[in-house]
Amino acid sequence: MSARGNARTNGNLPQTKICQFKLVLLGDMAVGKSSLVLRFVKGQFDEFQETTIGAAFLAQSVCLDDTTVKFEIWDTAGQERYHSLAPMYYRGAQAAIVVFDITKPETFERAKAWVKELQRQASPNIVIALAGNKSDLADKRLVEYEEAQTYAEDTGLLFMETSAKTAMNVNELFLAIAKKMPKTDTQNPTHAARHRGVNLQDPDAQSSRSCCGN
Amino acid sequence: MNKMETTDSPVITSLHQSDKNERQSENNLDSISEVEDLITLPRMERGKETTLIDTSSEDNLNPKYLPVDIQKEETVVFDVSETGKPSEDNGHEDSGEFVVAMLARGNLEEQGVCTKRISSPLSETPLEASSHWDEDVTAESWRQHRKHVFVLSEAGKPIYSRYGSEEALSSTMGVMMALVSFIQSGDNIIRSVYSDEHTVVFMQQGPLVLVSVSSTRQSEQQLRNELLYVYNQIVSMLTQASITRIFEHKKNYDLRRLLAGSEKILDGLLNLVDFDPSFLLSAVHCLPIASSFRDSLSQILQKAITPNLVFSILIAKNQLLTIAQEKMVIEDAKLDPSDLHLLLNLIGASSAFQAGEIWTPICLPSFNPDCYFYTYISYLDPPECTVCLLLLSTDNEAFYAVAECKRKIEEAMQAQNALTSIAKAQSYSVSQVGVSDLRHFMYKPFDVPDNHHQLTQFTSPEMEAPYDSEEEKMRLLDLYRDMHGRIHSASRPLKLIYRVAARETLLAWVTTKFELYTCFSPLVTKSCAINAITKLLRWVKKEEDRLFIRYPPKYSTTPNASKS
Ligand SMILES: Nc1nc2c(ncn2[C@@H]2O[C@H](COP(=O)(O)OP(=O)(O)OP(=O)(O)O)[C@@H](O)[C@H]2O)c(=O)[nH]1
Ligand SMILES: [Mg+2]
Repeated sequence: MSARGNARTNGNLPQTKICQFKLVLLGDMAVGKSSLVLRFVKGQFDEFQETTIGAAFLAQSVCLDDTTVKFEIWDTAGQERYHSLAPMYYRGAQAAIVVFDITKPETFERAKAWVKELQRQASPNIVIALAGNKSDLADKRLVEYEEAQTYAEDTGLLFMETSAKTAMNVNELFLAIAKKMPKTDTQNPTHAARHRGVNLQDPDAQSSRSCCGN
Repeated sequence: MNKMETTDSPVITSLHQSDKNERQSENNLDSISEVEDLITLPRMERGKETTLIDTSSEDNLNPKYLPVDIQKEETVVFDVSETGKPSEDNGHEDSGEFVVAMLARGNLEEQGVCTKRISSPLSETPLEASSHWDEDVTAESWRQHRKHVFVLSEAGKPIYSRYGSEEALSSTMGVMMALVSFIQSGDNIIRSVYSDEHTVVFMQQGPLVLVSVSSTRQSEQQLRNELLYVYNQIVSMLTQASITRIFEHKKNYDLRRLLAGSEKILDGLLNLVDFDPSFLLSAVHCLPIASSFRDSLSQILQKAITPNLVFSILIAKNQLLTIAQEKMVIEDAKLDPSDLHLLLNLIGASSAFQAGEIWTPICLPSFNPDCYFYTYISYLDPPECTVCLLLLSTDNEAFYAVAECKRKIEEAMQAQNALTSIAKAQSYSVSQVGVSDLRHFMYKPFDVPDNHHQLTQFTSPEMEAPYDSEEEKMRLLDLYRDMHGRIHSASRPLKLIYRVAARETLLAWVTTKFELYTCFSPLVTKSCAINAITKLLRWVKKEEDRLFIRYPPKYSTTPNASKS
């Protein structure tokens, strides 16, 4: 189940299907977006993780039965000055993780705003997951599990409480998203690589563009 | 190639000439010999502003310069220069006195005489009391810092303080702002305040006010340049246009909201400004490598291009390896060393760039203060993270194309085993020059080929014993800064300074071909020093292909017709 065994760009086994998806992380600053990504991609956690500048692009694959799901991850910066740039990163994304910090109610409010924005402006079929991070800080909890879960149910989101620090639910979250991704894709990896960021599900996604100059 | 050799003889002559001049003036100038312009030179870096205070000038009688006593015989002199229109010398005396009273109050507060923080009587909005701060701003240690830097908005809102939190300092900032706005209302701009111990320099840039409070004895111009770096680093994150727009909308906007998380970048900048002479010289320092190796790295960058790519920069250990530039773009505007300094500082200030491939907007203020470049940043040698590639594009959608360029660069470098060679590259020791008594130098040439497209560069060896401790490094840099200040003095620029200090002898010299600062052991004689410099210049000439990027590579990436 662990994603770790997979090399970043491998997956060329003839019998496995390769699916590639663009996933974006959004949320207020310091809620733990980068920490979640680094836990998932590198299996690391840094107490002194520094604030993201712009956005960081990372890739990681997970295996699901006969399918390798490759995530191309955009870890965006939560700082206010980058908010207006968010569309540049979530445009064409097939999945999003909106993160809040369970010890900071205002980050939950901010997460709701992100969800609204995604539902209005991102790809119509985007799969959105809500992550209540820092669940290890239970004694400082200020957002109740039930509250977030009710909201997620009403809004049609995946929801999990996570801890990048203890790794709780981190792989599980990405795996749950991978399961919800359409697996109709049968493109070979070379082809897929040429169409990074293309919404494989939605053929007329306006964001489709093949970028690499071959 | 021969340019410098042919100048060898005039070089010696002018040195001898200056020698004579110095002897005549040696007595009244103490150990510092100064030679006024022997030849007419283009005066580089002479600020547009010409008013510099001279406490000894007869202008002391002018009401514009008011020496005032505040506390313990500190003499404070105000330099209030007129802006624009011809001066109507009226009422300045009053405003000056008022301002002094305000400053004295600010001073008292800073020194903790008033134990309670009082909000400034002049600020319109009450300044909130601080909730927390890293450093006790009333403590002696806070006042002891060599150089404080503050940034505030025109409405007096704190934006940044180098030491202690801005909030804890809001009353001090309020007083500063009161000063600035009061003087402004009289059509004047407060520029600087001098006391025996401190120089206070004010600078207004659009809706921001920057203040430097320094005990370093640096020239006003140098401090002003440093403030400009701080301003430009802020612009590099937000652009000037958006800063202006924000404050047009809301005069008392709290800009810290938009700068959250970037204090570290500004702290890092001010640290570099203190310790890295690149900022003083406005020149770039590149890592010395064999010119054939640099050429092959340049070619790799030149080949990995995509539409709208404008700069490809390779750095190692925070020094430049090579930079390839788009032809048309560079014809429009030259890449200023200061923009590169801001980029290098940004990269060095945060480990966030090690997390993956970064795609972020960055503005290069000297190039164009109102526009962003979309910048791809990735280390090529994880997990060590010493070799960093920066690719700047004008197209915000170009990430995947630009990332593909990185992969090409990575492959080509791997094929040549370039990372191993880069890892071996290092700065050089002054002993390699082979000139006894020479301890350190900084050499900035002007006679570079292809001058129009060239980045201003300088070369300098490692600082070695006795300048290997932080204090000694700083002391030598202060000596250099002092000579630099005299050489570039707007009122009385010098070409040559020979200075016998207690623990070293220094010689600074500027010609049409170069600017040079040298440091010798204290026992060196003047003729020895002159000899040594001739040898040093020959050595630099011989090594210049290794020390400098001689012909910066260019490429052409036909701009996408669809993007403007
Ligand atoms: N206790 C605990 N701390 C965490 C957890 N996740 C992140 N942190 C800490 O929270 C701080 C911020 O984490 P980041 O991952 O940088 O947050 P971010 O959302 O990427 O922040 P920006 O990049 O500024 O938007 C860091 O000090 C992390 O070590 C967690 O699950 N538990
Ligand atoms: Mg982050």
